[in-house]
Amino acid sequence: MDILHAFSPDNIRFIFEGFYMTLKVALISIVLSFVVGCIAGTIRYTRLPVISPILGVLVELLRNLPLLLIIFFARFALPDVGIKLGVVNSAIVALTLFEGAMIAEIVRSGLNSIDKGQIEAARSSGLSYMQTLWHIVLPQGLRRMVPPLVSQFISLLKDTSLAVVISLGELMHHAKIVIGQSYSYTIPILLLVAVLYFLVNYALSLAARRLETRLV
Amino acid sequence: MPDFSIFTDYFPIYMKGFGNTIVASIIALIGSFVLGTIIAVFRISSVKLLNWIGTAFVEFIRNIPLLLVVFVFFYGLPSVGVTLSGFVCGTVGLTVYTASFIAEAIRAGIMSVPRGQTEAAQATGLTYIQTMRYVVLPQAVKIVIPPLSNQFLNLVKNSSVLGVFAGFDLMYFGDQIASETYATFDTYVIVALLYLVLTLPLSYMALRLERKLAQTG
Amino acid sequence: MISKKWVASCFTFLLAIGFVLSGCGNTAQTGGGAASAPAGSPAASSAPSGTTAAGGGFALDDIKKRGKLVVGVKYDTKLFGLKNPTGGEVEGFDVDMAKALAKEILGDEKKIELKEVTSKTRIPMLENKEIDMIIATMTITDERKKQVEFSDVYFKAGQSLLVKKGSPIKGIADIKKGTKVLAVKGSTSVINIKAKSPDATILEFDNYQDAFSALKAGQGDTLTTDNAILYGMMAQDKNYEVVGEPFTDEPYGIAMKKGETALQSTVNEALKKLQSNGEYKKIYEKWIGQSPS
Repeated sequence: MDILHAFSPDNIRFIFEGFYMTLKVALISIVLSFVVGCIAGTIRYTRLPVISPILGVLVELLRNLPLLLIIFFARFALPDVGIKLGVVNSAIVALTLFEGAMIAEIVRSGLNSIDKGQIEAARSSGLSYMQTLWHIVLPQGLRRMVPPLVSQFISLLKDTSLAVVISLGELMHHAKIVIGQSYSYTIPILLLVAVLYFLVNYALSLAARRLETRLV
Repeated sequence: MPDFSIFTDYFPIYMKGFGNTIVASIIALIGSFVLGTIIAVFRISSVKLLNWIGTAFVEFIRNIPLLLVVFVFFYGLPSVGVTLSGFVCGTVGLTVYTASFIAEAIRAGIMSVPRGQTEAAQATGLTYIQTMRYVVLPQAVKIVIPPLSNQFLNLVKNSSVLGVFAGFDLMYFGDQIASETYATFDTYVIVALLYLVLTLPLSYMALRLERKLAQTG
Repeated sequence: MISKKWVASCFTFLLAIGFVLSGCGNTAQTGGGAASAPAGSPAASSAPSGTTAAGGGFALDDIKKRGKLVVGVKYDTKLFGLKNPTGGEVEGFDVDMAKALAKEILGDEKKIELKEVTSKTRIPMLENKEIDMIIATMTITDERKKQVEFSDVYFKAGQSLLVKKGSPIKGIADIKKGTKVLAVKGSTSVINIKAKSPDATILEFDNYQDAFSALKAGQGDTLTTDNAILYGMMAQDKNYEVVGEPFTDEPYGIAMKKGETALQSTVNEALKKLQSNGEYKKIYEKWIGQSPS
């Protein structure tokens, strides 16, 4: 275990460059997948004809496939049908689609969990469907969704590591390059990487807990 | 339209990968359930050390990527003299990783069983272990099944990580075939279909289980 | 009704199927089957109005218009294309060749952009036009000629074996049933080793870095690829050595998109020039340490 050389300033800087890429891709994908997921989930909840069933099939398809496969597909298979995505974009697209599908389900079941009695009461007091949705269902639904949503975001951050297979220069990729310099670097570098992932995700879950208590 | 000659030419290889994915998933499924239950019991135990071990395990493993876990087993373990194959590393990593989530789900289930029951059971002379086994866990199981079935679905999808570590699973062979034939679209579509054969039924079963449990309440 | 018995028998059934399936199927088969024309490859190009040099294709014009040559190189192969964490530069024989070509085609060796490729990703990236050419330890084979245009040979390598010092393996003859051989997905080395030693267990990885790390971790008995790449690994870690004579010929070529014959002839002209003006010899000696044969 060559800790001294493993943690040379150059190596540390290189590791952090990878970490930065992880955070960047994760953040963009979290925002995009949240938007996509909310829209898809709400549409699924409203059971709009035509769009809802189609979305349903898409969501089920994406939810039931390994993310690794979706990443490969986005990068290497889509070009065969004309859609050419670079490394970073493939990672973002794959993550957005996969996590978006997961979030769509979370949103849908969160909205479904709102007591029907509330909706009936709202409708009978004159609110339109959209008003009911916007003022009664969504606010309460969103509150319930916070824990599973945050859990999904943490998942997303961890899943950025899978993009190492398409040569995305994120944390795992840079860690592998540093380890490639000497086998004795393996344990120290892996420990550093584990700590970095842990810190970010643990912080996220703590923030979520605080958010939850504020919203309830 | 996918060119199915890719499928027929390489059929035995796809099947070998498919088979290994199933084997790895089932082993990890059973293993993570057992390990998860043990960790859950640790976490609610009043013995401080066990408590600490359980919490540390769950909090640490939950927050790091599965890829990293398997990476440590595959590339790191040999430095202390233990060299395991890609398949074993992947399956063990999958087990350990999934166990941390299952432990949490089971813990939530156990905590949902009213304390009164535990107290009553122990008052009638049952030991702690007997209480767990005959009174608490069976009731906890009902709360636990929906998140559990979700985790098992994740497990099957996550098994694809074996492909990165020469684990001879479906992902590995699919990748290999795609690299050699350059028929990437067709190959990955076939791999996707094969995964769906495993995951869609699991998804459906999980849904039915949830509905059934919601009824019996 | 989903009873416990039903679930248990389902699992046992699946487990049984799983064991049966994983038992059959022969890993040695992947290499042999020359698959039907891959769906993704471009049809024979129909580039009409070509460019100045003999031949067709628009790539040369694009490069000149862009003012920059985009080359796919390896980032994980010492001596040919290796990304150095210190400074982040990519260095190697292939890289210097790329720069020399940029100088010949565009007049300035700085008018170049390097992108990372692996044996698996290089052809897809070329076909997507993400790169103008591949200079990444790529062996010229008839199979690949169907997919890309190759330049003349710019490096002669041969497949060989890398082992830990003291290993009982001394050459290709020592690779038997049960020997674990490490290689990279999509490389010719995989196909060759499967043909030469069909009983051995081949573990394939995404790139050479992963394969070498696996060798260092003891996950395999030997690593096989072109000797040039293996010499690079030897330079990185003195505990490993190349053994045995090369058992294949691996002539490296620069790959360009199919149909880009104008670019191809320009590159060949440039290569000849580098040979005659001594640049090639300089680059060769810098990285390989000997004179080119």
